[in-house]
Amino acid sequence: METDIQESRDIEIDLLLEAVFRKYGHDFRDYIRVHVKRRIDHRMRVSGCNHISEMQHRILYDRRFFETFLQDFSINVTELFRDPSFYLAVRREVAPVLKTHPHIKIWHAGCATGEEVYSMAILLREEGLSQKARIYATDYHPAVVQQARAGIYPIDMMKEYTGNYQKSGGRRSFADYYRADYDSVIFDRSLRDGVIFADHNLVTDGVFGDMHMIVCRNVLIYFNRNLQHRVIRLFIDSLLPGGFLCLGKKESLRFTGCDHLFETVSDSEKIFKKRLFDSGDRIRRDQ
Amino acid sequence: MKYEAVVIGGSAGGLDALEIILTALPADFPGAVATVIHISPDSDNYMIGYLDRRCRVTVKEAEDKEMIQPGRVYMAPPNYHLLINSDRSLMLSAEPRVNYSRPAVDPLFETAADAVGPRLIGVLLSGANQDGSRGLRRIQENGGLTIVQSPETTRAPQMVQAARAACSVDHVLSPEAIGTLINRLFG
Repeated sequence: METDIQESRDIEIDLLLEAVFRKYGHDFRDYIRVHVKRRIDHRMRVSGCNHISEMQHRILYDRRFFETFLQDFSINVTELFRDPSFYLAVRREVAPVLKTHPHIKIWHAGCATGEEVYSMAILLREEGLSQKARIYATDYHPAVVQQARAGIYPIDMMKEYTGNYQKSGGRRSFADYYRADYDSVIFDRSLRDGVIFADHNLVTDGVFGDMHMIVCRNVLIYFNRNLQHRVIRLFIDSLLPGGFLCLGKKESLRFTGCDHLFETVSDSEKIFKKRLFDSGDRIRRDQ
Repeated sequence: MKYEAVVIGGSAGGLDALEIILTALPADFPGAVATVIHISPDSDNYMIGYLDRRCRVTVKEAEDKEMIQPGRVYMAPPNYHLLINSDRSLMLSAEPRVNYSRPAVDPLFETAADAVGPRLIGVLLSGANQDGSRGLRRIQENGGLTIVQSPETTRAPQMVQAARAACSVDHVLSPEAIGTLINRLFG
């Protein structure tokens, strides 16, 4: 593609993202550009729009079209006990610390359709922590949060999920946690007792205070460095000193400029712990 | 220098061909190389370490947000797509599978074609599916050079056959000849 055309397309994308932000309040301007382009290309192909500007017009005047566009941007690829070694590390490294607290608050940021929230709820129950734990499960997409709350998943995934559960150190029969209903399974309602589902946008909304643990896996990879930095700051402000931050397997704090504020609990599973004191940070903030 | 980067994709049998190509590159190879070979979601890093020991260029797993550098080979990790931004930084994505695979070749080829344009070389190797055709066509449309492994040297020819049906590939060569050609083009 010629550079001139590329340049015009970049302008069109800027204008589209600006329009989405001003009209609907969803801010994708600091998402990684190559990812944004791929999602827009996909929607163009499917919707038959010939130009990005044409799509912008439809987004501005057709709320339902915007809903599908929003769906394109939320990557809801997830599993129960996704990356079993992560949950094993939580059982071994994090749970013993959580047990020392009288009550615990956990924030699942970007919970998508909720599979990883139910995984955590099961883990907490098996570790004897569910009575004193509260999980805040949030996503920016209201329809997705609704799905998470329902806790209904396709039955044909259960074989894989059961394998994940066992590899994660699960000690019971996985089938004890759900009941089959035609092509679906419904997770035990009592797992939701300590869970609060809510809309929250990491890009535009504020702090969730006094958390003992924040789980945000495979969300930051879609953000540019600037936005990653902002969101990590939001997590720092939401975490208690000594609180845990859990990122996706291929995510790191390396490019966020905040790595000095955490110590590493598990490098391979990307579990970090907010340092108790950091005078350097306080000085920087005062400036 | 005319070229800046090479993207290589493959599936069944692709790793053997990749090894032949990468071992042909000198330690001071002036291009950056990004590769996607279909691997199972729970495979380990064994292949990367093995290739790094065998090759004079540095072979490593691609990390999210790192900038590509000459003389380095970046391999897509299991369960993530590998993409290239126009600022030459890499991105890992957990988007759904493409062509039944994650990582898939098309996302790497398409984004590299848009980012690097005519300064890109695309190489498609052995494989028993159709991943990579769309990407190779995009590389050609954007002025880059396209190479496929000659079918008789592959373990599974479907991938290169699909690519040859999708665009008029510039070179059809054995892995040894691909290594020699890349060296000459960057020489």
